Amino acid sequence: MKPLCCAEGRGLKAESYSLLSRPLLFALGSLPFLGLGMAQNASAPDNTTDPLWMVGIKAFLVVFGLLTAFAYMTLIERRLLARIQIRQGPNRVGPDGLLQPVADAIKSILKEDIVPKAADKVVFWLAPMISVTFALLTFGLIPFGPKHAFFGFDPWLINLDVGILYVFAVSEIAVYGIFLAGWASNSKYSLLGSLRSSAALISYELALGMSLLAPVVLVGSLNLQAIVEWQNTNGWLILYLLPAFALFVIAGMAEAARTPFDLPEAEQELVGGYNTEYSSIKWALFQMAEYIHLITASALIPTIFLGGWRMPGFLTAIPFIGGFFALPYLWMFAKIALFLFFFIWVRGTFFRLRYDQLMRFGWGRLLPMALGWFLIVAAVVAFKMPLAVLGWLSALALIVFSVYVVMGARSSQPARRVVRPGVGD
Amino acid sequence: MSSIAALAQGLGITLKALFSKPVTIPYPDAPVALKPRFHGRHVLTRHPNGLEKCIGCSLCAAACPAYAIYVEAAENDPAHPVSAGERYASVYEINMLRCIFCGLCEEACPTGAVVMGYDFELADYRYSDFVYGKGDMLVDVQGSKPQRREAQYTGQDIKKGYALPYVRPELEGVQPPLLKKPRQVAPKPQADDEHSGH
Repeated sequence: MKPLCCAEGRGLKAESYSLLSRPLLFALGSLPFLGLGMAQNASAPDNTTDPLWMVGIKAFLVVFGLLTAFAYMTLIERRLLARIQIRQGPNRVGPDGLLQPVADAIKSILKEDIVPKAADKVVFWLAPMISVTFALLTFGLIPFGPKHAFFGFDPWLINLDVGILYVFAVSEIAVYGIFLAGWASNSKYSLLGSLRSSAALISYELALGMSLLAPVVLVGSLNLQAIVEWQNTNGWLILYLLPAFALFVIAGMAEAARTPFDLPEAEQELVGGYNTEYSSIKWALFQMAEYIHLITASALIPTIFLGGWRMPGFLTAIPFIGGFFALPYLWMFAKIALFLFFFIWVRGTFFRLRYDQLMRFGWGRLLPMALGWFLIVAAVVAFKMPLAVLGWLSALALIVFSVYVVMGARSSQPARRVVRPGVGD
Repeated sequence: MSSIAALAQGLGITLKALFSKPVTIPYPDAPVALKPRFHGRHVLTRHPNGLEKCIGCSLCAAACPAYAIYVEAAENDPAHPVSAGERYASVYEINMLRCIFCGLCEEACPTGAVVMGYDFELADYRYSDFVYGKGDMLVDVQGSKPQRREAQYTGQDIKKGYALPYVRPELEGVQPPLLKKPRQVAPKPQADDEHSGH
């Protein structure tokens, strides 16, 4: 927390002081997953919070929306993957396959629910619930618009000063779901799957957190709304923190157990991973948790790096578009959809990393890069250099990376032809 | 480090594939494009004057490696001949469960009477329904037994799940649905002449 304090001391904007008064105490004093209850006390000081019944309605909407989004994400993902593989995908249930999620839900609920004889019954039941509950808890933090944009109420569920900490704490508990599932199944495949997946998740959590330190230090707040506001005045964080953005996207993919890093359910090598012994609705709950993690990740990335619910700044200058398309929900949903598409696209393209590759990439590449970039940002903030320095550094990083890639591609192309003549391809 | 460039290349390939037309044929909704020499349910063809080509010689039954064909021959009535020869097939049965659709019967037939047709939706419930007689295979009969039964039940036309670029000339009188537009560029638009056969 040391560098955090220094960065806060710098105090970018006057308003951030008031937001900063409490987060440290709050983080120490409350376990983050109690955040739902604490949310009322922890709102930004300059305003009132919503009445409790409204919070209840919004919580219902968030859960309902996430579950629906999960159901239709499965359909959209299957359709898109199919189109990537030049197939058509599920199109038989309902018009153009639109009722497929309903059929899937009915199927998974009505399937026989098998509990292994030697399983630890209580934990076996508890594990999927833990998984899905703590996956659902994160999303309420995402701001979907300015204050009072939701029928006169706030378009977010909880407004925590420790927002990002809360996100990490809660999403980390989802690892417990995976690990308990593997352990309670009393099956070696489940245990192996859960061990390697929890190891992978924890490893990538480091890179994830380290890459997020950069925006936190720069903005000087852990509050997601403060981050969005900062981006409104200073420009999107991706302009200043491009490497952190790239690292966060990659680590977020690993965190949601998506394809290049989907060792948790590597069904071709493990029998099924940690959910080998699960069937029926309990298995569906694990799937649900995974997809909700994915949706949360693709809502968190634009919130932190791409200006949150605001439209791109240059568009507001255009008279008609700037007025008409300034709807906050629209832009947030568009950004979420963009990243969901990106994740599906990546899944349709890449193969799974081997376990040692995964670990080497996480610890050997992502973590040092995140750490290095964080040190640069911390130095820029500590020496009170202008923001533009970070922008130029980001551009430089992009150029260096592109040159690296292009040179690498150019140098390797003839080598491939010379070294392996006649091997046959 | 060319691997990163390769990753980007891979993303490009999948993106291109995403916007290409799926190769899937949604079969029950859209017809399958068959090749003109597809081996489907047999057809017993007729001469242009309406007489059956089959003379009941049983050469097809002799050639059949699966013993799927049973033929009984009878003398033609000279006043009202059934076939163009001395005899005709009074019974001509092919067991579609035994048939391996190799087409040797067609090769063996001296008059070109039995020809492999295009119907392939032959799935049925009873063993006896798989034995196709003359009444199920003569050219004027459309579709397979279950298809005809369903058409009778629903009162609708037989829905054929296939389409062809052209019909080979051995299948005299058979008129399957033709493809609107051949997929690949045909050498000639009217490819239904002699040289397209053997």
